[in-house]
Amino acid sequence: MEMNQQEYGDYLNQVSPNSKLFKDMLWAFVVGGIICTIGQLISNFYMDNLGLNENDAKGAVSITMIFLGALLTGLNLYHKIAKHAGAGTLVPITGFANAIVSPAMEFKREGLVLGLAAKMFVIAGPVLVYGITASVAVGMISLIIKAVM
Amino acid sequence: MNTKRMGSQTVRFSSPVPILASASIGGKKEGEGPLRDSFDILMPDAEWNEETWEKTESKMQKEALRLALQKADCKAEDIHYVLAGDLLNQCIGAGFGLRELGIPFYGVYGACSTMVESLSLASMLVDGGYADHAAAVTSSHFCTAERQYRTPLEYGGQRTPTAQWTVTGAGAVVLGGRSNVGVTHVTTGKIVDMGVKDPNNMGGAMAPSAINTIKTHFQDTGRGPADYDYIITGDLGTVGSEILIELLGEEGYDISKNHKDCGCMIFDGDTQDVHAGGSGCGCVGSVFCGHILKELSGGAYRRILLIGTGALLSPTTSLQGESVPGIAHAAVIERLS
Repeated sequence: MEMNQQEYGDYLNQVSPNSKLFKDMLWAFVVGGIICTIGQLISNFYMDNLGLNENDAKGAVSITMIFLGALLTGLNLYHKIAKHAGAGTLVPITGFANAIVSPAMEFKREGLVLGLAAKMFVIAGPVLVYGITASVAVGMISLIIKAVM
Repeated sequence: MNTKRMGSQTVRFSSPVPILASASIGGKKEGEGPLRDSFDILMPDAEWNEETWEKTESKMQKEALRLALQKADCKAEDIHYVLAGDLLNQCIGAGFGLRELGIPFYGVYGACSTMVESLSLASMLVDGGYADHAAAVTSSHFCTAERQYRTPLEYGGQRTPTAQWTVTGAGAVVLGGRSNVGVTHVTTGKIVDMGVKDPNNMGGAMAPSAINTIKTHFQDTGRGPADYDYIITGDLGTVGSEILIELLGEEGYDISKNHKDCGCMIFDGDTQDVHAGGSGCGCVGSVFCGHILKELSGGAYRRILLIGTGALLSPTTSLQGESVPGIAHAAVIERLS
């Protein structure tokens, strides 16, 4: 082959098919939208029928959606929807539940401690680490600004 | 004076090494594909009555070899060496699967090229007079490979169009004795790394090594594409196959009419949702030990060049940003008159 690595890399990019971006985005928009609409309906139900105030309803909706994401993962359905929906199922809180439940299911064969519990966070762990770190950092900055102003 | 060597990387055996018997095992999805009738055993599900997928994969190796021995009318003690490998860390599919059989064992690893690697070495052992009978076994399992290399099965991710589907399958051959099919040449490949860093484009990463090995084989033997009914690669998939045909064509070897790829043969690309095709040790393993050997012993093929293609990466090297080194080993298998 008369190609160097750079030339081969360019050639490979050219011959490798790309993801169907428009189709993927449409799926993500529709499924992500449906998940959020379900969340809103549940929120309305909690506020109108169970008498929760808006703040309590928000928490209750998150808990419900996490439960639903975990349930669908356990029923072997979530990844089948996600295959088409992509970011539509990844970004909502149901995706976070899937990211924790799926390794927990997969690695329980290696034991409840070093398998299930340890591996539970292999995908979601970085989100927790950087999410919590970022919220603490922003909180500190906000405190300092408030103190100075 | 060594008379068995030809050119830089090829060995021609003093007489063809007979392939006495073979056995092929496929998973459920493989049993729904175009080659469904060529497998000796089709597994009912991913577990096959085992508690873990790793145990299932070991069972696949054990049962493949057992069946090949039965077909060869050989006992385990008749086999002087078994060479086996798989994709799992520390080759546990082979080590655990074959531990009960009591056959002298060499574990080999060539990623998805392991079938042709073990076949090459076993042929050399028989031709060299070190063994009356030797066996070669490989396997892969979609579920064990996914959890080792990628994400949990239930994780909601999307595959790229260039990604390949690890075949759940195993193949075993018994060499030696008398047969109407034999191995005549092997060409051992060099590691070729063209700097591809995308672990989801294995076909693209392995194609340069296949090109290198096939070209070297032709140069070493003085043969060309027309000397073979088929030139069959292991698991380049649709992307790698396209690259192979185009770039070998530029080198003056037109294989567009007689190239096949086990990764494209084992699944129906239109209906089985495997993106760029099948992959894994068990891809070429189960297709060679089933479909291809059946065609060679009494069907449409008389002489083929089989090229096992492997990507020598690990999840660690991918995370560390390393490129994917490729390897390809070739063997000539023909019907003996």
